[in-house]
Amino acid sequence: MSTRVVVTGLGVVSPNGLGTEDFWAATRSGKSGIGRITRFDPSRYPARLAGEIPGFVAEEHLPNRLLPQTDRMTRLALVATDWALADAGMVPEDLPAFDMGVVTASHSGGFEFGQNELRKLWSLGSRHVSAYQSFAWFYAVNSGQISIRNGMKGPSGVVVSDQAGGLDAVAQARRQIRRGTALIVSGAVDASICPWGWVAQLAGDRLSTSEEPTRAYLPFDGEARGHVPGEGGAILILESEEAARVRGARIHGEIAGYGATIDPPPGSGGEAGLRRALETALADAGVRPEEVDVVFADAAAIPELDRTEADALNTVFGRGAVPVTAPKTMTGRLYSGAAPLDLAAAFLAMADGLIPPTVNTEPLPEYGLDLVGPQPRPAEVRTAVVLARGQGGFNSAVVVRAPR
Amino acid sequence: MSTKEFTLDDLKRILRDSAGADEAVDLDGDILDAGFEELGYESLALLETGGRIEREFDITLDDDVLVSAPTPRTLIAAVNNLLGTDVAV
Repeated sequence: MSTRVVVTGLGVVSPNGLGTEDFWAATRSGKSGIGRITRFDPSRYPARLAGEIPGFVAEEHLPNRLLPQTDRMTRLALVATDWALADAGMVPEDLPAFDMGVVTASHSGGFEFGQNELRKLWSLGSRHVSAYQSFAWFYAVNSGQISIRNGMKGPSGVVVSDQAGGLDAVAQARRQIRRGTALIVSGAVDASICPWGWVAQLAGDRLSTSEEPTRAYLPFDGEARGHVPGEGGAILILESEEAARVRGARIHGEIAGYGATIDPPPGSGGEAGLRRALETALADAGVRPEEVDVVFADAAAIPELDRTEADALNTVFGRGAVPVTAPKTMTGRLYSGAAPLDLAAAFLAMADGLIPPTVNTEPLPEYGLDLVGPQPRPAEVRTAVVLARGQGGFNSAVVVRAPR
Repeated sequence: MSTKEFTLDDLKRILRDSAGADEAVDLDGDILDAGFEELGYESLALLETGGRIEREFDITLDDDVLVSAPTPRTLIAAVNNLLGTDVAV
């Protein structure tokens, strides 16, 4: 039997709450963090809303030496890691360096840092580009900086699979623990609300151009029209269940199952891969569909993708047979940070006996989903599923279970 | 002959601006003969610092200057040597 891998620490940086407590208080009460962009002037762009994290002052949390060499996403990730380690009751100095690794996901890297350096390159010349550009923009930089700051030299890396990456990273972390590493820092934080990041998102043609924060991101709604991007995510501390019990750690829950698939080529007529990812994750966890208490949906808010997700859920669980929620309607889509944040929300739902709400959206009856509405739903949550899809055909599913 | 001089204050200003400062280190203390590593600056921080010195003082530092100038005193001397400023620090 494979080693059970559990989550013992959560660190949350979300548009509707900085820190796990603020995030959960906001999320269970349906408080949204979506608004007009303030980090740059969005008036010349067709999409103008985002889920921005207010009130994050890196100087209050990080050593001065780290500031000139870090993008906003890395600063957020480093602070989320500090919080996750504290939540886990872990002091990295107490463990051998090679017993700790870092596996995060990244969607786009440090875009704001990169934009500033590219601007210097073209306006001032190559001598003005920061030496730190060599890594500060890079996909792996969050893993690297977390590793350096905390002295973690075990198996580490980054997973890049668009918005599914947050689950793929957690799965890779689980593999490394099963291979014998005591602790892996995982999850993901993305933050690229800057003009360069914005035009990259616009090119994907999936952004909502609504200017009404309550009408812009409406997954499963008849007026679904794309998503609102957000920034943030969650960092999770993973350990073997045995190690966590030996040190008497509080356990949030278990990463019980995982499945990932790639869609068939567009136009081939094959079924999208989401259903198989979901079934694979359930089988991996040894969980029957009727045991699942809630599904945290990918919630693309693109009609065709909403249909695919609804079909997959109805095929596996039966029509309307499982509560479905999308708290990301309060944050926007956080790219690779979205699914780790949903994992955090799933553990908090277990602890609180409450499924967080899905705000603003009126699901089309034809989808046949039991979508949790704008009010949280009291429920015993023992087993939850988190789904995530990335552009380019990535589908991932993770099953989490409450602590035994 | 350039009249510009590269001083310890210039170096401290550029270090703080380009690479930050370690909270455990007092850059305003007696640092002239301290190793850069001891002051909290690794090779990349020195590369960035060297780039800023080059821009501001319009000189070109040899690639090995930062490696062979392991303390503020030796780096200041190397920069002033390039500036043609004969100053002892």
